Amino acid sequence: MNQVLTPAAGITKGSFGEVRLERVGKIYEKEIERLVALDEFSLTIERGKLTVLMGPSGCGKTVLINMIAGYEQPTSGTITLDGRPVQGPSCDRLVVFQESALFPWMSVYSNVVFGCQVQGIDPAEIRAKAELILRKVGLFEFRDKYPAHLSGGMQRRAELARALINDPKILILDEPFRGLDAMTRELMQEFYVGLFEEFGRTNLFITHEIDEAIFLADKLVIMTYQPGKVKAEIEIDLPRPRDFKMLASSRFMQIRAQTLELLYEESSKAFASGSKAAFDLVGALASSKDSCRIAG
Amino acid sequence: MSTSRKTGLLNPQIMRALIGIGVFLALWYLLTAVLQLPRFKLLPNPLSVIAEWISFEPVSGRSIFTKAFYLDMGFSIARTLIAFSLATFLGVLLGLIMGWNRIFYDFSFPIVEILRPMPPLSWIPLAVLILPGVELAVVYVTFIAAFFATVLNTLLGVFSIDKNYFLAASCLGSKPKHIFINIVVPGALPFIFTGLQIAMGVSWMSLVAGEIISGQQGLGYAIYEGYSLFQFDQVVCYMFTLGILGYISSAGIRALGRRLMAWESRRRGA
Repeated sequence: MNQVLTPAAGITKGSFGEVRLERVGKIYEKEIERLVALDEFSLTIERGKLTVLMGPSGCGKTVLINMIAGYEQPTSGTITLDGRPVQGPSCDRLVVFQESALFPWMSVYSNVVFGCQVQGIDPAEIRAKAELILRKVGLFEFRDKYPAHLSGGMQRRAELARALINDPKILILDEPFRGLDAMTRELMQEFYVGLFEEFGRTNLFITHEIDEAIFLADKLVIMTYQPGKVKAEIEIDLPRPRDFKMLASSRFMQIRAQTLELLYEESSKAFASGSKAAFDLVGALASSKDSCRIAG
Repeated sequence: MSTSRKTGLLNPQIMRALIGIGVFLALWYLLTAVLQLPRFKLLPNPLSVIAEWISFEPVSGRSIFTKAFYLDMGFSIARTLIAFSLATFLGVLLGLIMGWNRIFYDFSFPIVEILRPMPPLSWIPLAVLILPGVELAVVYVTFIAAFFATVLNTLLGVFSIDKNYFLAASCLGSKPKHIFINIVVPGALPFIFTGLQIAMGVSWMSLVAGEIISGQQGLGYAIYEGYSLFQFDQVVCYMFTLGILGYISSAGIRALGRRLMAWESRRRGA
């Protein structure tokens, strides 16, 4: 279900990558403390697919992102992109950060073209690409505004544009819609899933929201709490293109119930071990379990 | 910052400012000319100060209609501008490098922190000893306090930059020089401008102190002269001249900062 790729000239080159993590471990050692953040973590982030990663707070998701992005080195194991080991940050593995990381002192346009500019791409080519992608995300009219003068949803779209213009082999999104209000969040999900379905591209998406996860994913990966491992991989076989009506379908409910069970176990573990952040998640899950039972 | 659409004297903000000044002058007049309280009656009252300031034939030989007044002002302004520009250039440069390079920071921070609290005036003996001529010594004293204020604020400015900006820039393919120009400099700018405002203030303060001790011309020197000659009207009118110059220079920095940082969503304490 992923041959998508109507290559709108300039935006996609179809050069999507596949990231393999093999028995990756990450250990933080301070004088006395020793924290095993990730242990024997193996996962293939498949070419052109949208992989969604879920897990309780503190399960090592951010560490994982940092290692794929090349900001940190694994203690053991290997991470490869299309067979080549990952070394340092590079624009073929781009991250869209949790809180907006748009440069506040640059206009939307300058933000979007920043990557291309520092890479020394021909200015005329940059201009053409930027116009195309700004129109695609609906920000062409706002290209001269500063990020602070945009709404939350616009900021996230600008950030997507800033990443996509570089044709990354993999796009990593770390809870990109966190902090948006519910309505905007849904619109962004719909927008993002449409963008993904149009251009394919390998995506790794991190989220806490179970509905968001299932709605977006080709494959849902659930992580265990300390040390982080893969607890389960769930293939989401909802048809594409996706729309919000699917949230009420019985297949969606089935997957949701199954996912909740798995997540609940891990979150309880995190909760029992005193992770403060997990408290919120357990609370949220408990209430959504009820609502699910009623709905199902 | 004012959202009022009214302009001119009807603008409530300006009205309040004028009333504030009026109340201050009235109190001053009351204490010195009307009530003549024990210690206060030695002070010149505002009317005599203003009379001296705008007199065609001032007792002290200095009013807005004399060449001497503008010569004093010119000397002081020139010294401050030279010292402040130098402090800005060198201070921002040093602060940026210290903030950006951890190793350089480790080397330089302790010594900067030891030199920084030294009162500007304590530098005078050495400045006079080393620098040719008294003029440069005064400029140096004016420079030194402004310099450290700028260094420290620039440094804090670099530290204040969100780590994600560096991560984002590096994965988008930036080399160190791109990060320095596109992230470090603009990211530190709000703090730099806070630093420059402080620097401007301490520049004027140390300038006057320097001029009093070793100057040969300028507002500070004239204040000291007025003191020795018992011409307190002149002292007070020069004090206000300094105050107004300080106000104008700070307002100038604020205005420049607003232009350069139009991207800021909210204003830092102006």
